Amino acid sequence: MSKVRVLVGTRKGAFILSSDASRKKWTVDGPHFAGWEIYHLKASPVNPDRIYASQTSGWFGQVLQRSDDGGKTWAAGGNQFLYDGPTGTHKWYDGSDHPWEFKRVWHLEPSLSDPEKIYAGVEDAALFESSDGGTTWSELPALRTHKTAAEWAPGAGGMCLHTMVIDPSNQERMYVAISAAGTFRSDDSGKSWRPMNNGLKSNYIPDPDAYVGHCVHRIAMHPSRPETLFMQKHWDVMRTDDGGENWREISGNLPTDFGFVIDINANEPDTVYVVPITSDSHHFVMDGKLRVYRSRTGGDDWEALTKGLPQENCYVNVLRDAMTVDNLDPSGIYFGTSGGQVYASPDGGDTWSAIVRDLPAVLSVEVQTLK
Amino acid sequence: MIQVVLPKNLQILAGVGRVVEVPVSGVASQSSVLDALEASHPALLGTMRDAVTKKRRPMIRFFACEEDLSDESPDAPLPDEVVSGKEPLLIIGAIAGG
Repeated sequence: MSKVRVLVGTRKGAFILSSDASRKKWTVDGPHFAGWEIYHLKASPVNPDRIYASQTSGWFGQVLQRSDDGGKTWAAGGNQFLYDGPTGTHKWYDGSDHPWEFKRVWHLEPSLSDPEKIYAGVEDAALFESSDGGTTWSELPALRTHKTAAEWAPGAGGMCLHTMVIDPSNQERMYVAISAAGTFRSDDSGKSWRPMNNGLKSNYIPDPDAYVGHCVHRIAMHPSRPETLFMQKHWDVMRTDDGGENWREISGNLPTDFGFVIDINANEPDTVYVVPITSDSHHFVMDGKLRVYRSRTGGDDWEALTKGLPQENCYVNVLRDAMTVDNLDPSGIYFGTSGGQVYASPDGGDTWSAIVRDLPAVLSVEVQTLK
Repeated sequence: MIQVVLPKNLQILAGVGRVVEVPVSGVASQSSVLDALEASHPALLGTMRDAVTKKRRPMIRFFACEEDLSDESPDAPLPDEVVSGKEPLLIIGAIAGG
């Protein structure tokens, strides 16, 4: 019988939540790495017992952890993320030129085919790869040295590479998203990159349809349809059907189109989920109601999903890496909040319940569907 | 043996208790103690000072004998009481926040 394992990164440690395929009864294991910020955990799709975790601290810097037994035990891997060559500068908040400085790993993306290979998206924005299971790291410098990089600028959370998506039909093609530079695509395993921001409009930058400079919060791809991607931008929910060459807005009837997360039902490539957040100055859900919005039409038409979610006095946020879907049928949907709740829906979003409450603020949620 | 007291987070990371005994040959300084500590506990590499530049991380402090040694030269000899093992070298996560 299948099982699911939910990997939760929080401001003060990691938690592993487990259930059988019914997804009704859960066990909670943790905190792992208590007291540390766990920006992201993600398992290898090739070897599900291999889980990587980004462990970071304003005091003690970056640690990379790896488990080879499904999270029971962990060992520290390599934590030297050294930019390759001259670091150059990017724009700082005041418009001045600021040298690239490594701060932390935001996102880990294991290879779809090689259990030893993993990518790390970091702040200040760059992409690193490891071919030895996270023991040593080297930069893929073509992204950070892109001709536009000197004009990139940080968002409020820092200038971070927070999202990476690998095309399962052609693993040399990969997408990354950087706040606040935008989306980039490589067709040669990271040797070269092109900005993929045509169609984005951002009123918070001097040129709203600039080549780069957009604050993309998250992109998602269904593996059966790799030319189509969905995006939650700072404001606006967007869609491309040509591999990022052109984007169009699909915010439709959403009550607000600011938000962080976006994900796709594992069994229905046109069923998309977002959690609208009031605004960029109010980082909490609207009207005290926690609502997931679902579109079954690939965007534009959205319905509020509320059953089992708090509908009064709720003022949480849901951060960019904090929603995920499992591969069961019906697909389970999971998300974590700044209030420390992790909610799950075993039926594609129709009903919800909290797997666990009162954890530290949730930074990331991933799920593994295990045989 | 130099007695080094680690903050809780680094104790967990390194899998050690509060006090770690560090053998140092030659002059005992912040640098030589940290070199030996990192060599015996590689998980600590980069957590107290930059792994390449060896510069102290901004929110790490080094105390001993009721003195703040953080801004002294990393190669300056440690106090005799620390060298003799009578007093520990305290590695502290700086107070931050409210």
